[in-house]
Amino acid sequence: MKAEASGREVWVWVEHYQGKPAPVSLALLGKARVLSQELGAKVAAVLVAGDSEISTPLIAHGADKVYMAAKPVSLFDTEACATAIAEFAQKYTPEIVLWGATSLGRETASRAAAKLGTGLTAHCIDLHIANVQGQKVLVAVVGGWGGNAVLKIVCPEKRPQMATVRPGIFALHPPQKRDGEVIYEEIDIPQSRLDIIEVAEHPTAGSNLEQADVVVAGGWGLSSMGGFAKAEELAGVLGGVAAGTRPALDASWIPAERMIGQSGRTVAPRLLITLGVSGAAQFAAAVTGSKLIVAVDSNPKAPIFEMADIGIVGDLREVLPLLIEKLKDLKKKD
Amino acid sequence: MPCDVLVCVKQVPHPDHLAKVVLGPARGTINREGIPAVINPLDRNALEEALRIRDRLGGRVTTITLGPPQARKALEEALAMGADDAVHLCCPAFAGADTLATARALAYGVRKLSSDLILCGNATVDSGTGQVAGQLAEFLNLPCVTDVDEISFEDGHDLRVRRAWERGYVRIRVKLPAVIAVTDKVNQPRLPTLMGIMAATRKEILTWTDTNTSADPLCVGLKGSPTRVLEIGEFHAKRQGEVLQGPPEEVVAKAVERLWALEAL
Repeated sequence: MKAEASGREVWVWVEHYQGKPAPVSLALLGKARVLSQELGAKVAAVLVAGDSEISTPLIAHGADKVYMAAKPVSLFDTEACATAIAEFAQKYTPEIVLWGATSLGRETASRAAAKLGTGLTAHCIDLHIANVQGQKVLVAVVGGWGGNAVLKIVCPEKRPQMATVRPGIFALHPPQKRDGEVIYEEIDIPQSRLDIIEVAEHPTAGSNLEQADVVVAGGWGLSSMGGFAKAEELAGVLGGVAAGTRPALDASWIPAERMIGQSGRTVAPRLLITLGVSGAAQFAAAVTGSKLIVAVDSNPKAPIFEMADIGIVGDLREVLPLLIEKLKDLKKKD
Repeated sequence: MPCDVLVCVKQVPHPDHLAKVVLGPARGTINREGIPAVINPLDRNALEEALRIRDRLGGRVTTITLGPPQARKALEEALAMGADDAVHLCCPAFAGADTLATARALAYGVRKLSSDLILCGNATVDSGTGQVAGQLAEFLNLPCVTDVDEISFEDGHDLRVRRAWERGYVRIRVKLPAVIAVTDKVNQPRLPTLMGIMAATRKEILTWTDTNTSADPLCVGLKGSPTRVLEIGEFHAKRQGEVLQGPPEEVVAKAVERLWALEAL
């Protein structure tokens, strides 16, 4: 089932909901463009059950081609999705397939990797192309052991080389005016063994922590202030989003989808302000892409100060109200 | 109707000691010396769920692990919690496996046991890929749902689960047999009791190798792993930052000034 001269391709699996592609899929198309240039390859988006209009943002964010399975398939039926992408991959033989490390993306990618008998690297924090033993391969960089180690992983022989990337790792670039080709395929998808009974959304669903320009992250140190209110206030002043660490989640200050850390969300905002966060490795690994990090904590020896651009040592009860006042004044002058 | 449940467990470094896991003297190795090993926390949630299903419906709870000889301790712990049987997939051919080769080896073991339901923890604390459940399901040609935080039975045949995802949750009816991966919200795992520990000493742990399981040695372990670790290093989050100390008014003023100068506000 080899395709005729399809050339080399870097693929992105597109997760979409209610007609809109997930931001992580669009961000990955941008990254795929960078990788494809080094390989002299084309970029393709792959999806099931999309309307034809969905190809417009995919092409605008970097896809040269859009492969679509014509059959309607539920995104929650990861077995069907994996079947579709495996069939596409066997026909068009991509070099690389990238997936958003979302709940469904991870499940679909795992099944697809097993179908294709190829390597899959999880939760990459960076991707690049390198020359290894005379061939250009994908180097997938991952954090390991609670964020204490960094591993570079390759898949030297099997194709496609596959990797999942958490939302928030790669920036979402603005769409561009580009041309692309849409290819519909009839794919034989097995009868689903799952029966979807109910799809329920959080009240906060869609408010995107990963896309936030400014993130305020609160940690256990906020307990001295009796809770999380001031973190929310600071985020409000800066037009940002308040989030927290594992202890903040344990204290029920934040919902689970607002927890930053290796087992939670990854962020890379323009400005990250941490309040009473000590800076454990699990947290560090999830914020390392932030452009500017400001840390406030009372313990001058906290590891957070080593990873911050600006550190403020002080009692949050004193520092935080002053900081909020000062920023409010500045914003008024704007 | 009784339900035989198989629980996949992995032995991992104790989560509280992860920060002490350091790089070994040889390049590309990890030094785990002096770090206590335990059952992966989410695998204990999977085991707890299996024990509760057995208590409600009857059937047997079997645990399976893939790992070096010392991983037997994880199975002893599982037996002490109340599992009926334990299988240790252990031989040199299984060593050095990535997630794909791990799932393949587990699939060889699982095929020898007839189970109605296979439960896994959603991810491990050490590598945390969360990939093995999906890969295992694919090799066994079974349906799979991960990120599951509620499990119940419908008329004894179908399973009804609630899976979390970024936007909320989804309720799904799943045909058995199936592979289900659970989160820590599914239950609160019990601790082994003294009685349980005593009873565990009388239970047998089966050790299976590539020959026992008719595993293709080229498909498991290092040989069956498509991925390779090219390099391993320490994670550096360090920045050449400035730490401000002094009277609160002064340090806050200074910090805001810097942010303003950096056009960050």
